[in-house]
Amino acid sequence: MTDLSAFRPSRRAVLQSGAAGMALMAAGPQAFAQETPKRGGILSFAIAAEPPTYDLHGSQTFAVMQRVAPHYSTLLRYKGGAYPEIVGDLAESWTSAPDGLTHTFKLRSGVLFHDGTPMTSADVKASYERIRNPPKGVVSSRQASLGKVGSIETPDPQTVVFKMSAVSSSFIDEVAASPWNAIYSAARLEKDPAWPIRNVMGTGPFEFVEHVAGSHWVGKRFEKYFRQGYPFLDGFRAITMSPAATVNALVGKQIQAEFRGFSPAERDRLIKGMGADAKVQEGGWLLHQDISFNPKRKPFDDPRVRRALSLAIDRWSASRSLGRISVLRDIGGVMMPGGQWAATEAELEKLPGFGKDMAANRAEAKRLLKEAGAENLKIQLLNRAIEPYITAGIYLIDQWRQIGVTVENHDAETAAWYASIGGDNFDVVMDSYTDYTDDPTTGLPKFLSAEKWPIAAPKFNDPELDDLYARQGATNDKAERRKLVRAFEARTMEQAYTVPILWWRRIVVMQDAVKGWTMSPTHMLYQDLAEVWLA
Amino acid sequence: MLRYIVKRLALMIPMLFTVALLTFFLLRVIPGDIVEVKLRADGGNVSQEVIERERVRLGLDKPLVVQFGDWMKGIVTFDYGTSMWTGQPISREIGIRLGLSMQVAVMAAIVAVLIAVPLGTVSALFRDSWIDYLVRIVTIAGLAVPSFWLGMLIILGLLSLFNWSPPVTYTSFFTDPIANLSQLIWPALAVGYRYAAVVARMLRSSVLEALQEDYIRTARAKGVFERLVIVRHTLPNALLPAITVIGLELAFLMGGLVVTEQVFNLNGIGRLFVEAVTRNDFTLIQTLVMMIAVMFAVVNLIVDLLYGVLDPRVTNQ
Repeated sequence: MTDLSAFRPSRRAVLQSGAAGMALMAAGPQAFAQETPKRGGILSFAIAAEPPTYDLHGSQTFAVMQRVAPHYSTLLRYKGGAYPEIVGDLAESWTSAPDGLTHTFKLRSGVLFHDGTPMTSADVKASYERIRNPPKGVVSSRQASLGKVGSIETPDPQTVVFKMSAVSSSFIDEVAASPWNAIYSAARLEKDPAWPIRNVMGTGPFEFVEHVAGSHWVGKRFEKYFRQGYPFLDGFRAITMSPAATVNALVGKQIQAEFRGFSPAERDRLIKGMGADAKVQEGGWLLHQDISFNPKRKPFDDPRVRRALSLAIDRWSASRSLGRISVLRDIGGVMMPGGQWAATEAELEKLPGFGKDMAANRAEAKRLLKEAGAENLKIQLLNRAIEPYITAGIYLIDQWRQIGVTVENHDAETAAWYASIGGDNFDVVMDSYTDYTDDPTTGLPKFLSAEKWPIAAPKFNDPELDDLYARQGATNDKAERRKLVRAFEARTMEQAYTVPILWWRRIVVMQDAVKGWTMSPTHMLYQDLAEVWLA
Repeated sequence: MLRYIVKRLALMIPMLFTVALLTFFLLRVIPGDIVEVKLRADGGNVSQEVIERERVRLGLDKPLVVQFGDWMKGIVTFDYGTSMWTGQPISREIGIRLGLSMQVAVMAAIVAVLIAVPLGTVSALFRDSWIDYLVRIVTIAGLAVPSFWLGMLIILGLLSLFNWSPPVTYTSFFTDPIANLSQLIWPALAVGYRYAAVVARMLRSSVLEALQEDYIRTARAKGVFERLVIVRHTLPNALLPAITVIGLELAFLMGGLVVTEQVFNLNGIGRLFVEAVTRNDFTLIQTLVMMIAVMFAVVNLIVDLLYGVLDPRVTNQ
């Protein structure tokens, strides 16, 4: 959960864009409630990628989320206009036992699937069991998140009980309110567990109409949606578009929104082209740019070398310079800057790589390299041939040059980049990480040992880090949890297997006529479009 | 003639087999794995076991010779398999986009011919005059300016002049011709300009060459009107090399409008190709390469047959 102040629009954005739209955002959620929504209209928005599947359980990309979310419901959801407050979606109410080992959800009655069948606790159980124990032919991307769920019981059609085998402090955020954990029809799953991979049918605000591959995805209002009066839109049309085409299409009013985010240059072009029609919303993003070192290769098996290379990065200056030309802007450790779990500036400055005295940092980096016998180091940087990776890579090359390190840069296409990481075929690799909730349990796996996080770029084993992670996830004491997160952060920066460089800044630009959509630090939330309306 | 066509078609078989062989094995040399991109992109935490299971499902665990054999069998029986990325039949993936790509290619070819034939001819007839210089400037600019850049200029021009940009989704010509043309005329113009430049330069030089021929001198000596000399004697002969260029460019445009399709947000074969390559979608790349190879072969055959129509000597030989 995150402090809402992190999502206020920037002063620059307020000054540059239309007064009407910005006034709404500056006022925050209160204003959201004051406007009277209008019914009708089709929302057209752009999505930069095609979905590899229609199955939310087996996916992690926005290309799936932003198309499919309007068709489904979840147990709980993030409240519109009030991020990060959680409210019931299919669940009318819920309780957690004081020992944290039982979570009981009372479901709404009268909820219908798009095929007219009623939704009951059996559907919830079948959906979560599919994530927990995926049948053959089904991919579950979040199986691990249900690792502490011992059993799922359905004492009656309107009640679901999750019995935990151990306390999971992130259960509500990570499991019940996850936008990925859509509720499917048990009857459909029984016939074919793989059915949702190529079919769409849920209890969400919009019914699926068509998907023309490479072109568009269409949904229409579900008239029997369980939230009375919602959705406001008659339907939506998600259009597959390249970022370059998106900017022109927004200016030319061919689309009304793009929800993932723009670069500062694109934002400025949009503001200029759209004038008063532009509504700009900026805020932190649960997405960090990282650098990972391969501890299987010398000299990166030596923590002094890794720490020296992290120390040499001037993150404060990076924020100022890169923030002007790319989405890389916010300075933070392992948790999102501005969020409730983030380190304060004073705490951050004590960590290696975050000190503001760069002369001292670089002197220390040189000393560490000398001590490790790695003076005049030559390294290969494996980068991904997309932005903002390339911009970050150029910055790093210059930073490391200042401590006498020579860098050979390799920009790889996505598939080749994954292949190099999977095969440990790199010295240093540029990487990033995102998730939909600012909870340490979902945010920290990026920095764990390979045993705990199989897709980690650096394959290392650090029981101390893994233990700190496990302990923070097993306590409901917030102060204790924060202490453990800080210890985890310090250990991460000292060992420096993977270290954050900067956090991304989310910049969303849309037509001012699009109302009711909630800006949040992730492009995975508020995409069911139930509360969105067109003025 | 029929024997000639059959012989040419038979020669295509070893050529296409070589293309298939090279495409299949070269793709396997390139590093990258679609399963990792699909399941682990954006931080997907799936186990190695799941990755392996997906590889098995896609048949990537089989020996290469077996995979190649399966693919060949599919090609022969017109079963191209499914896209490894979307799981949809490849024939459907291509079918959705082929109409658009073909229409843009044909419209660009029409634009090119309408511009190139008069320009190339006039340029040759008024050689070294201001008209010739003007046409040469226009055509050299056409060669120098990338189509996608011209496309961007067109969009920016439309935006700044009319505050309007072309539609971003495809509508069939038969459903709504206005919507269809208001989307596709712009890329056709952008691509057609470059296409016209290539053809016009080729035509200028072949018209100049034809004008030096004995039969032209003979026609003029016999007192044939100059217009008839040009239309009946010069142009038909000069058009032969231009037709080759028109044909090859047309085949190229079917799958080669990669960046232009991005600029105009066209859901065409070029964009599909790029996406398939980015994801290492082997089955889709293989089929697209084969499709383009077949197109080139067929267009070449058509061009050769047209030679016979325009110049009876070719048929006699």
